[in-house]
Amino acid sequence: MTPALELKNVSKTYQLRQSGGFFARTTDHLAVNNVSLTLPRNQILGLVGESGSGKTTTGMMAMRLVEPSAGQILVDGTDITALGHAALKPFRRKMQVVFQDSYSALDPMMTLAQIVAEPLHIHGLGTASEQTEQALEMLVKTGLDRSYGNRYPHELSGGQRQRVAIARALILRPQVLVADEPTSALDVSVKAQIINLLLDLQAEMGLSILFISHDLSVVRSLTDKVAVMFQGRIVEEAPTETIFTDARHPYTRSLLDAIPVLNPRERRARTFLSRVQIEAATPRLSGQDGTPELHDIAPGHRLEAIR
Amino acid sequence: MTLLNIENLTVSFPQHDGVVQAVRGVSLRVSPGESIGIVGESGSGKSVTCMAALRLLREPPSRIVADRLELGGVDMLRAGRTQLAAVRGRIAAMVFQDPMTAFDPVFTIGHQIVETIRAHRDLSKSAATTEAAALLARVEIKTPDAILNSYPHQLSGGMLQRAMIAMALSCRPQILFADEPTTALDVTIQAQILHLIKQLQAELGMALIMVTHDLGVVAETVDRVVVMYGGRVMETAPVQDIFDAPLHPYTQALMASMPGRTPGKQRLIEIAGASPNPANPPTGCPFHPRCAVADAQCAAEAPAFRALSESRAAACWRLA
Ligand SMILES: Nc1ncnc2c1ncn2[C@@H]1O[C@H](COP(=O)(O)OP(=O)(O)OP(=O)(O)O)[C@@H](O)[C@H]1O
Ligand SMILES: Nc1ncnc2c1ncn2[C@@H]1O[C@H](COP(=O)(O)OP(=O)(O)OP(=O)(O)O)[C@@H](O)[C@H]1O
Ligand code: SF4
Ligand SMILES: [Mg+2]
Ligand SMILES: [Mg+2]
Repeated sequence: MTPALELKNVSKTYQLRQSGGFFARTTDHLAVNNVSLTLPRNQILGLVGESGSGKTTTGMMAMRLVEPSAGQILVDGTDITALGHAALKPFRRKMQVVFQDSYSALDPMMTLAQIVAEPLHIHGLGTASEQTEQALEMLVKTGLDRSYGNRYPHELSGGQRQRVAIARALILRPQVLVADEPTSALDVSVKAQIINLLLDLQAEMGLSILFISHDLSVVRSLTDKVAVMFQGRIVEEAPTETIFTDARHPYTRSLLDAIPVLNPRERRARTFLSRVQIEAATPRLSGQDGTPELHDIAPGHRLEAIR
Repeated sequence: MTLLNIENLTVSFPQHDGVVQAVRGVSLRVSPGESIGIVGESGSGKSVTCMAALRLLREPPSRIVADRLELGGVDMLRAGRTQLAAVRGRIAAMVFQDPMTAFDPVFTIGHQIVETIRAHRDLSKSAATTEAAALLARVEIKTPDAILNSYPHQLSGGMLQRAMIAMALSCRPQILFADEPTTALDVTIQAQILHLIKQLQAELGMALIMVTHDLGVVAETVDRVVVMYGGRVMETAPVQDIFDAPLHPYTQALMASMPGRTPGKQRLIEIAGASPNPANPPTGCPFHPRCAVADAQCAAEAPAFRALSESRAAACWRLA
């Protein structure tokens, strides 16, 4: 079956302007380096990794909200990399995103009901009162009572705002959802509620989700497969339980080792590996030297290693 | 000595259609060097409590009432502008839940940290810049000089959060309010930041109020836990007791929904029912509509917050 979303050798270079001197210089920053990812239909793919490793940029490129410097993006088998604004519109409806920074994503002048109903309005779906009704129902699904419809974003707590962002993303019943840290601002019970909602929607509407998160416990209970990013690259990818029980890359292992303890009794001194130490420990599949590349080491298990 | 002393704090936001009662009678004492974790329902008033303690909320729209609100010996309810500014730099600093609100988008990160340092410490611009770079390095930013020259929107969520932590620590506060300080960080950097905070606590005798939804972070860092629900404190206890023997029904439900205890893709345990609406809070105990052991008394009258032992206290009729 054609995957819901596919990234083929995607890269992103940002130009950074260095202030300070009389002449502004620019330097290139390779934020995402040759990333290939497949999100099969009706599955949840976790994207985890170092802060600043390019996860958000990757998710934004998948949604065509950031232009890739190289590579291809396929939605439902169609290459959307070069599509213009008009040609992209039908795909926009199928693909939604929950942003990492939900505060700046919500228009401060609109009520929550208006914010959640807006995508229906943009795509001309239903009458105004139907749109509002659907928006209120969606707010309730994310655990906010209907009375929140008349309130404004600045009146909400961090977690409440995040739920509004989720309601807005789901109102169009998308096929692909990029969720960037959607639960990090939520208390554990609401988090459970959102995770259960995503699992239900995955089953009900065949939703496919790229789930970007630092919360490895949530990743473990929600995702089918996990890809690990480090320094702009995917360094390991495997079925979720394989990542948690049989990780091979030193970066993946250092991540797992840093997961907070579940009980204060288990507190321990930790050692931290530097990037240089991690790079130096790149797995070798044979005794030879060479540049590290992604290799299939088992079905569904990709590892960056020196062959 | 008490560094922070809050007695019966109430914070409300009058609205056209009612009053949002964000905090409803919270009391909290923190001694120098102590580490407190505040956990609880989203919207339960954790951030507002911290912001009110530092008088960072705009009044109006907010309305702050308390029997006592003292920080580092200063009466925060009566302090004037200059006194408040001095407290916020030298005595207390806050790491905000939303890093974007801490930085002004039109200035570089470096400019903002350097200005903060110079506002509270007598340092030259170049000395303050060196200090800022050193602090960024301590929060595991590998290229401090490049980050100093960057604008907020050019940084990833986690880098911005670390820059904010560096800015908060730049004035060597006696107490750090850290509101979800590590949510945007990967767990390796999170572990290093938590380690850094503990180190600074040991070095400077700094107290910590850590607001977090991550019970793992609580398990890693704090000595005592304050559990909030519906604008009230439900339970407070030493951290080990909260994990081993939570007593309040809300704390018990909260601990049960902690993810990560069993492997495999799975639904998680939720607390049935919706969060209370702070504009129209339930009568009696705020948790009663969702509490499995509630009875008529719970709906009629709010239980008082009372001591259960030397180190524990809770607000629940069942524990009275
Ligand atoms: N608009 C931009 N201009 C310049 N550089 C940028 C921009 N957006 C991101 N970057 C840089 O690209 C890199 C990757 O950023 P990205 O936000 O994708 O990381 P991330 O993996 O999502 O990190 P986090 O876990 O902290 O959110 C970082 O070094 C960041 O500074
Ligand atoms: N400016 C405001 N106007 C009106 N209501 C507000 C305002 N700020 C906060 N509130 C309300 O006060 C209550 C407490 O908010 P607060 O931000 O303290 O919650 P919190 O416990 O920090 O939640 P979270 O865990 O989601 O961050 C919430 O119900 C929120 O909607
Ligand atoms: S006071 Fe009643 S409703 Fe509230 S937590 Fe205790 S038993 Fe439950
Ligand atoms: Mg990100
Ligand atoms: Mg908060």
